[in-house]
Amino acid sequence: MIELRVNGRVHRVDDDPQTPLLYVLRDDLGLNAAKFGCGLGQCGACTVMVDGKAVYSCITPVAAIGNREVRTVEGLGTVDKPGPMQRAFIEAQAAQCGYCIPGMMMRAQALLESNPQAGAAEIRAALQPNLCRCGTHMRILKAVERAAELMKGTKP
Amino acid sequence: MMRCSLRKNPPVRRKLFLPLAVFAVVALAAACTSSGPIEGAAPRTQAAFDKQLVLKGARLAAVGNCITCHTAHDGRAYAGGYPVHTPFGTVYGTNITPEPDTGIGRWSEAEFVRAMREGLGRDGSHLYPAFPYEYFTRLDDADLHALYAFVMTREPVRNVPPPTRILVPRSAVALWKARYFKPERFHPDPSRSAALNRGAYLVESLAHCSACHTPRNKLGAEKKDEYFAGGEAGNWHAPALDASSPSPVPWTAPVLTEYLRSGLVDDHAITAGPMKPVVMNLSQAAEDDVRAIAQYVVSIDARSAREREGKARAALAAPPAREPGSAADRPVRNGAALYAGACGDCHDRGRAAEGGALPLPLAIGLAIPTPRNLIHIVRGGIVPGPHDTLPWMPAFSDALTDDELADLLVYLRSLTDKPPWPDVAAEVKRASKGEG
Repeated sequence: MIELRVNGRVHRVDDDPQTPLLYVLRDDLGLNAAKFGCGLGQCGACTVMVDGKAVYSCITPVAAIGNREVRTVEGLGTVDKPGPMQRAFIEAQAAQCGYCIPGMMMRAQALLESNPQAGAAEIRAALQPNLCRCGTHMRILKAVERAAELMKGTKP
Repeated sequence: MMRCSLRKNPPVRRKLFLPLAVFAVVALAAACTSSGPIEGAAPRTQAAFDKQLVLKGARLAAVGNCITCHTAHDGRAYAGGYPVHTPFGTVYGTNITPEPDTGIGRWSEAEFVRAMREGLGRDGSHLYPAFPYEYFTRLDDADLHALYAFVMTREPVRNVPPPTRILVPRSAVALWKARYFKPERFHPDPSRSAALNRGAYLVESLAHCSACHTPRNKLGAEKKDEYFAGGEAGNWHAPALDASSPSPVPWTAPVLTEYLRSGLVDDHAITAGPMKPVVMNLSQAAEDDVRAIAQYVVSIDARSAREREGKARAALAAPPAREPGSAADRPVRNGAALYAGACGDCHDRGRAAEGGALPLPLAIGLAIPTPRNLIHIVRGGIVPGPHDTLPWMPAFSDALTDDELADLLVYLRSLTDKPPWPDVAAEVKRASKGEG
């Protein structure tokens, strides 16, 4: 059994240690925000936070997590009470197909938690590893800038 | 004397800039001809250089990797500011654009040649050997002539790089030079082919390969009796190129040529670290020159072609991943699980497959005497620049803890026929503190 701390809760899962974290989140814990894109750490759709850092969950074996805290979009807020990152993406209507958005949000969240003052250039640089095929990049960038404003007013 | 400078041009919109600049250059060129040269050593204006000569200089500058150390991260080309870290402090690449006040715009060709061959600044002061004049001294007149034409026709950029911070005073460089520096020209070996001589000339002068691939003594001088036995480049290990080359598949001249021009060939690791800009530059060099360099470098490994071929065949026949060590060997087992979850998807699918990466037993990073290169690659990934077309490997710095990385490295090393690295955990810690 592997103990896994996700969004403030401790889970016990019975998986092979080399199973990608993404599969455990989606298949065992029913946390479906993080998406399977390329499976090779090239597109960023699977991005989650591990101890505050953005990581590709598709190429991070669950054995590597240890007692570090995993955060997914489900940990940022709920449908009724969306967190600032989620509110900003809704305000900016940043999603088209939406598949890349959870990864974008988690990488942006990791950035803003480590650097709340991040400006447009830093946001652009930080999101570089995450791909969007619909081309909503400009709205995504706007959304993250908006999230930075909202987060300055609230505790993340 | 009339001073020729473009810098008083008022800022203009980009669209207007080029025609205006062309006009200004022509006007200045005309004006400058009226001022006489100073003591026969005045620099020439840009228009005075023959286009073919400039092109030749450009291709040579690519062999010299000049742009790398003379361009800051995100800085303007050749305007200086790149930090070269040495055990004695940090030297910042100088501004070698032809800007008169902050660049080398006032340098005559004679002064440029003297700097390249003797390591002296325009004022005659000693230059730190981070500027590789110990190799450039072997350059011939014609190539120096072309290189001068190339640098003097770059876009002038007004930029003062940060001051160099070296513990050794410049005057002490004279002592170092007296002991270790020999101004000399290259002498071709008549027993070698023209191509091999060309390769030797470039490798030992402009390309300055041994600056990184040969170990250095405590005073920063090459250990001449360990020529190409593997050295240091920044925080990376530069693998040996002589008969002690740990490359699992020995290099051949055609394969090395392709690698030096593209950074990626079958059965060898993709270029990474400080070698990457070298390759990016060599892709702009004359193909014949790169072929000659490869031919010479391969000839440094004195083993017979047959011996090397046998070694290559054995390496390629070995299974891509061996069974991890004994069950009691916790780091190896843990590392194997991490490998399977984090690395295997790409590295076990064969390089020809989409997303496929090199089978790691063929990677030189596993076979060199230190895990440092692998630490850099696993942590930082191999991320292409904006104009590169090379595939990329994601960074694992935030996914793996130091302990996990150490276990992974121990496992990877166990895939080679080399003894374990002495203290992997300590190396990982050192690298996290930016010391390794």
